[in-house]
Amino acid sequence: MTNREQAVIDSGAPALRGIAGRPADGRRPGAPPVEDREQVGERAARGSLRAQITRLEREQSAIVAETFPHIAAPRPAGPAPSGPCLPSLEELERSRDRLAGRVQELRGLASDRAEHERRARQQLERMKLEPGRYKFVRLPVSDLGQGGCGVWEVRPRLGLIGMLAGWWQVKLSSGCPLPRGRRPRRGPFPQT
Amino acid sequence: MSASRPPAPGAGQPPTHSEPVAGWCAREVEEELPGLRLLSSDVEVARSGSLTGTAPPDIKARLRELSSRFRGARAVGLRREPVPAAYRVFFRHIGLDPDVVRTPIEDAVLERMLRGGFLSGGLLDDVLLIALLDTAVPVWALDAESLDGPLGIRPSRDGERLGRSPQAAPLPAGRLVVADASSALAILFGELGAEHRPASRSRRLALFSVQVPGVPTLYVEEAMWSCRLALGRP
Repeated sequence: MTNREQAVIDSGAPALRGIAGRPADGRRPGAPPVEDREQVGERAARGSLRAQITRLEREQSAIVAETFPHIAAPRPAGPAPSGPCLPSLEELERSRDRLAGRVQELRGLASDRAEHERRARQQLERMKLEPGRYKFVRLPVSDLGQGGCGVWEVRPRLGLIGMLAGWWQVKLSSGCPLPRGRRPRRGPFPQT
Repeated sequence: MSASRPPAPGAGQPPTHSEPVAGWCAREVEEELPGLRLLSSDVEVARSGSLTGTAPPDIKARLRELSSRFRGARAVGLRREPVPAAYRVFFRHIGLDPDVVRTPIEDAVLERMLRGGFLSGGLLDDVLLIALLDTAVPVWALDAESLDGPLGIRPSRDGERLGRSPQAAPLPAGRLVVADASSALAILFGELGAEHRPASRSRRLALFSVQVPGVPTLYVEEAMWSCRLALGRP
């Protein structure tokens, strides 16, 4: 068969479809056309990407909320979004990949932070067990993952006497400074 | 754009009741974003005075009360609450990054943190803000007299403008917009067309809200009810 004859057969194929009762692409009667199936498949793929984006967004929000203020919300890199639209498969993939990258980065930071807090807790335990070995060591409560401005510190009991006698203790400072600032030192009344 | 669902018969006539009604959605939007719904409701403003002028004392008092309810810890944890989280996720689904373009509730709370309180922006703005803070569901208002039929969501067409005025800003094709039968009136979660914004003396408003997957209908209805109640009170 020549190429020309084959072309004539191909061009007549749609007309034959009605006669034979079977589509030219070989699919069974009643099955959706190839384009429809492609569209449905692509829509399903976009749905799957949206589900992944949902999961990643929830994870990112959880990390940011749980580790605040030690880990800041990530600053998005790349071009700013233009406006609300129906993103294509490629755009959704890019969005998913960017978000996955950010979540991965946050997971790393959260893991480092958890390790830092674990080491700080161990340090505090050691300070409490043997305060004499950690003279004047200070450990902010923020390092333990707690809020506030308190600081654990190894200090001598009774000041100089404790220093000379080797009486050391771990004390927690009273907390955040007042918004008014430091209390003025005692002294003569200001001349008015 | 493929064919949008045509507006229902009777387009252009005011609704006979003020209960929230579901708007239409273009077919491709419905297929791509199942669960997205627009609810709208007409309201007659019974308050005297200008919509953009000073808010009455009861509204201001409510804003002050809400200012003391939203503090830093709540602002940080907000993104994990179900309704704000649903809007964050939906923003990503429509190509917006909620860390760049903030969701309405996060934007309002951030402003609260920066300014030290929810500052009054006029009667209408305050009423919409109170509804947002109470439910985390955003509500917008349009001048009902300027509308042509029921509201819905569709992608913008090529060469379309935001509003009916020839001077209105042109929209890129495919932008998701809130539209009536004849033109785009607002960008979804974005700015409103200038000539459709309520004027200071507008007496009939079309309130609309956008419900996304994960947001219970009750919350959306409560947000709109709160606005209707505040504006409908003489």
